[in-house]
Amino acid sequence: MKSARRTAMVAGLLALFSLAGSVFLLRRLDQLRPAGTLEDVLYLPSPKALKRLSLGYDGLMADVYWTRAVQYFGSQHAAGSRHFELLAPLLDIATTLDPHLVVAYEFGSHFLTVKPPNGAGMPQHAIELVKYGIRNNPDNWKLYYDLGFIYYMDLKDYAGAADAFAQGALLPGAHPWMKVLAGRMAEHSGETQTARLMWTATYQETRDPNIRANAGAHLRALQVDEDVTALEALTARYHEKTGQFPSTFADLEKAGMLRGVPRDPLGHTYKLMADGRIEVREPDDFPFIEKGTPPFYTPPRMPKFLPDDYAGKR
Amino acid sequence: MRPPGCSLSLRPQLLIIFYSDIASMAAIEILGLEKTYHVGFWRKKPKCALKPLHLEVEDGEIFGFLGPNGAGKTTTLKMLMGLVFPTGGSARILGMEINDPRMKAQIGFLPEQPYFYDYLTARELLNYYGQLSGIHTDRRKISEILERVGLPKDGDVQLRKFSKGMLQRAGIAQAILHDPKVVFLDEPMSGLDPMGRREVRDLTEQLKREGKTVFFSTHILSDAEALCDRVAIIHQGTLQGVGAVADLTASVQGKVEIVWQGNTVPASIRGLGADCHVTGDTVRAVIAEVKQDAALEALRRERLRLIALVPVRTSLEEYFMHKVQDAEQAAAVRV
Amino acid sequence: MNMRVAHIARNTFREAVRDRVLYNLIAFALLMSGAAILVGQISIDIERLVVVNLGLTAVSLFGMVIAIFIGIGLVSKEIDKRTLYTVLSRPVRRWEFIAGKFFGLAGTLVVNTLFMAAGVFAALLYVSRHFQHSDGWIMVALYFIVLQFLIITALALLFSSFSSPLLAAVFAFSLFVIGSFAEDLRGFAAMTQGVTKWLASGAAYLVPNFSALNIISMVAHEQGVSRQLIFYNTAYALIYTTMALSGAVLIFERRNLK
Ligand SMILES: Nc1ncnc2c1ncn2[C@@H]1O[C@H](COP(=O)(O)OP(=O)(O)OP(=O)(O)O)[C@@H](O)[C@H]1O
Ligand SMILES: [Mg+2]
Repeated sequence: MKSARRTAMVAGLLALFSLAGSVFLLRRLDQLRPAGTLEDVLYLPSPKALKRLSLGYDGLMADVYWTRAVQYFGSQHAAGSRHFELLAPLLDIATTLDPHLVVAYEFGSHFLTVKPPNGAGMPQHAIELVKYGIRNNPDNWKLYYDLGFIYYMDLKDYAGAADAFAQGALLPGAHPWMKVLAGRMAEHSGETQTARLMWTATYQETRDPNIRANAGAHLRALQVDEDVTALEALTARYHEKTGQFPSTFADLEKAGMLRGVPRDPLGHTYKLMADGRIEVREPDDFPFIEKGTPPFYTPPRMPKFLPDDYAGKR
Repeated sequence: MRPPGCSLSLRPQLLIIFYSDIASMAAIEILGLEKTYHVGFWRKKPKCALKPLHLEVEDGEIFGFLGPNGAGKTTTLKMLMGLVFPTGGSARILGMEINDPRMKAQIGFLPEQPYFYDYLTARELLNYYGQLSGIHTDRRKISEILERVGLPKDGDVQLRKFSKGMLQRAGIAQAILHDPKVVFLDEPMSGLDPMGRREVRDLTEQLKREGKTVFFSTHILSDAEALCDRVAIIHQGTLQGVGAVADLTASVQGKVEIVWQGNTVPASIRGLGADCHVTGDTVRAVIAEVKQDAALEALRRERLRLIALVPVRTSLEEYFMHKVQDAEQAAAVRV
Repeated sequence: MNMRVAHIARNTFREAVRDRVLYNLIAFALLMSGAAILVGQISIDIERLVVVNLGLTAVSLFGMVIAIFIGIGLVSKEIDKRTLYTVLSRPVRRWEFIAGKFFGLAGTLVVNTLFMAAGVFAALLYVSRHFQHSDGWIMVALYFIVLQFLIITALALLFSSFSSPLLAAVFAFSLFVIGSFAEDLRGFAAMTQGVTKWLASGAAYLVPNFSALNIISMVAHEQGVSRQLIFYNTAYALIYTTMALSGAVLIFERRNLK
């Protein structure tokens, strides 16, 4: 009996220690091969071969590869990497395994398009992906929307964008915006206005909190860019009139050019610089702004999104 | 409360004093060993297979462990072998705890309905078991053992080709292979032909002559009667008595069977409480031994021809019935 | 090594051999020669790739099936057939029995794998007429496959110590499949938040990690394997096996034999 208890104790301790040891070793192994299994995609003969090899479980395998793509993107992004070379092959495999995996086209094209460090910066790949998606899901107007979006925003190919929106607008259930957007593209007019319309559409249509946050930040950035352009025009006019730059917004008010102190979309007042430039108080709060930043400003590695954007209020 | 019928067994307190004084004398000491199984899949109900058992087997004796089916014999043996863990109590074999490897090197065990690695030959099996027991087994020694259990020519046959009785013999061979001091046999005679039974009987006696202790379970009284120095009788997990077989059965009324020619049962014989069967032109009646003379007298008066008069062996079951009745009566008196 | 463990291991090996487990090698040989001849005929510059991929995958699957189906019976069969009674009534401790059974099956699998490895190399020689330096990595891949067998054998033993053989087979097979995605699992777990993260990470770290042990496609593409990976994989497999075996011993020590 006594020896039985000793055996049990030794076995119990061994089990505990080896559990701890195995966790430690797993962490080392994960460090050793950060992209581990993912790199297997580089060795796959072809996505088609994999489809055959998955013995009819290709739906499940597609989900696995799609999650791998998300995970790969997430971990590279979190690590601040600018390289996303496995992203396209992973998405390729996921969509070959299951061509109706619409989510992979929508988000995949988004990840692929966005410029590093927030994305792979491969709009051409994204276009191919979405076109493949459209071939396999010709009735899904959203894919046309995504295609038009990439043409317009990233490739500045207005004709391509107009085409995509126009085709998508014909599909049953297409959002009425599609027609408007097709029109706008054809006109080439009011770039900011169009951009605002598209981001608003995205903001309201999407169910994904990250894409919504991204759209929210873009909308705020557009607002800031517009405000700064307008305010800097005012200071320039003031300079023309008086020969010097206004020292405060009150000077502009006195001159009857402005009513009240202007505020940015987050409610902070703008800063009026000595040389007439306008700056935002917290440039970090506005990823994607092109104006209103201090000279030599470098944006933070990770764009700052606001919790409000996730909640969907504005 | 001591179970009635326990008159021959020592009481636990006495046993303890006894053990501490001359522990080396007892080959097996069982101290309140008990086992409760939990049966059922979802709501487990307790099932008592063995009530606390106190027993002591002396060095060098042949000890019979008797009881009807389901009495708890195998359960007791499995606990002694460390295959099943007791719910309570303890036991010592050769003065050592259950599961002590030093003790296990000195005991042999034949399970009931033994079954062995059927891909091995008898020789390979014995060789393997010899290795596990930590002894050296050469060809000669194995041949000797096989000879002893009556399998001299079957050493190189795979066990899957063995008959039931041959397996039983192989089982006995592995139990005595390593020259153990104490041998436990669970129903060693089952599955054997009359020849085999005799052989096992002889073998057991030989083991005794070699100074070994043999503890075997059976539900066949005659086997026990012929062999054992002492027996313990258990029924439904309770020890009913310990002692020599003759002592235990003495209290039970004997019976005789009377057979005569004819096809009617005279009222005088029926009046003796006889249990009668008529077949063809013979009648058989079973009556208590004490009424034997009266019955014969009646037959003579009726001028019926006597064919046979045979004593009926007291069956173990009858002994139990008797015991259980006794127990119930005793309980009733006490209340 | 403890002599009794060695004897039990040897007997387990003998049982596997006499139960004709090694006959699977015939199926394997047929598969390999068929593949070699076929690939040699169509010869499209990827013969080596196909032979290595197919060969190693077959080695792994054949071995896994053997490991699981014999592994689940190692203890339960002996309990069912009551052959254990006459073993445990000898001076054999229960942990020695478990260890002996484990080493016996592990030895069987190693021998089986050696034969299959010879088959893979023969097929490789047939299609490409010569060996090359990078073929050495195939040995490493085979070694990793054997490490996987150790883990799955220990797990099969563990499961069969508390559940029916069929359930144990299902458990072991599921863990084989899940373990092949272990790195994904840990990745997903890291992406979740709060309590889920704890639970998911706990589960993900408990699952045997077969992902890092599967380098078939890597060696098929003649990629090298780092020494560190060999070292950590070995350590991991041994430690995980110890863990599963300790669990099996813990359960088996208390078990009442029917
Ligand atoms: N594993 C078990 N689970 C539940 N109950 C059990 C188990 N093993 C035995 N029992 C019960 O314990 C009691 C005693 O069984 P045991 O096998 O000891 O009887 P036995 O005296 O050997 O009978 P037999 O002469 O038929 O071999 C029986 O009522 C049986 O139902
Ligand atoms: Mg029995």
